[in-house]
Amino acid sequence: MPRRKGAPEVNAGSMADIAFLLLIFFLVTTTIETDAGLDRMLPPMEPPEEDVVIKQKNIFTVNINKNGQLLVEDELMQLTGLRDAAIAFLENGADGTCNYCKGRKDPASSDNPTKAIISLKNDRETKYSTYITVQNELVGAYNDLRDRESQRIFGRDFTDMEAEYLNPETASSVRDDLKDKVKRIQDMFPQKLSEAETTSN
Amino acid sequence: MAKFAKKKDGDLPAVSTASLPDIVFMLLFFFMTVTTMKDSSLLVENTLPNATEIKKLEKKDRVIYIYVGKPTQEYAKVFGTEPKIQLNDKFASVDEVGSYILAERAKKPQEIQNVLTTALKVDKEANMGLIADIKQQLREVNALKVNYTTYDGDAFNNLQ
Repeated sequence: MPRRKGAPEVNAGSMADIAFLLLIFFLVTTTIETDAGLDRMLPPMEPPEEDVVIKQKNIFTVNINKNGQLLVEDELMQLTGLRDAAIAFLENGADGTCNYCKGRKDPASSDNPTKAIISLKNDRETKYSTYITVQNELVGAYNDLRDRESQRIFGRDFTDMEAEYLNPETASSVRDDLKDKVKRIQDMFPQKLSEAETTSN
Repeated sequence: MAKFAKKKDGDLPAVSTASLPDIVFMLLFFFMTVTTMKDSSLLVENTLPNATEIKKLEKKDRVIYIYVGKPTQEYAKVFGTEPKIQLNDKFASVDEVGSYILAERAKKPQEIQNVLTTALKVDKEANMGLIADIKQQLREVNALKVNYTTYDGDAFNNLQ
């Protein structure tokens, strides 16, 4: 009598075929998402309690017309010069209280970075791509300044720290540490980018 | 010499394919994990502009999407060529945006309802007038956190 064998082995030869089939399905349906962009906050609907008086010299006005031309502080400007103009305005530091600013201290420009406001206005016919480019340059101006200070104090870029801070995979101990650093740099150059009508007198 | 006599007449030994399923499975799992199924098909053209100062949108469940752009060719006959808003799977007018946001917000769990981001996926050819109207709608329903979704690239390429 022959010895009794165990259960017969299942033929796994076609496993590769099945796996290939699935692989091809996922290959075809995959779209690697491109979800990144410029984060912005809209102003709340309720107007502030009291009217805040803002000096004209603390406002950096940027107007975009329907042809995509730029009017910065009442002068026509090329888009390529916007970032430098914004940086010069933000770190002007006319009142001398800002000890980390490297601006010209021009009395006709902003007092210090915490008071400086950038006001952006656009025409209804402005193209979205132009608007995004302008937004990108203005956010870039803030990021350049923040990176510079962050390099000086902590030895690494602000954008880098912020990305790590916002990444949910970062360990919470690291994140707590980063939180203070990010906050400190943000307070040095608070992002005041207004898109609503800014009244001034 | 018996030592060398074993060699047969020049035949190459067959390459073992036993580990092929393992390799394929490895690839399969990679694609399974990176795949995100599209939940709505695009009815509008959606070539996003480029930007460099971008931040990643983390946590997909906290994002509400709004698409804006010209209707694609098959819809252009019916809806014209002016940029339109797409919410979920259909075209919508500006004043539907507010209620859409509220409806989407109500679907999310209570604890994340206050931290939602609205991702605006706008075609680069769209005009700011429509975007301004959408922003006004978003302000009215207090959805203040927006993300202008863009590709990563030199922003000056937008102008060409």
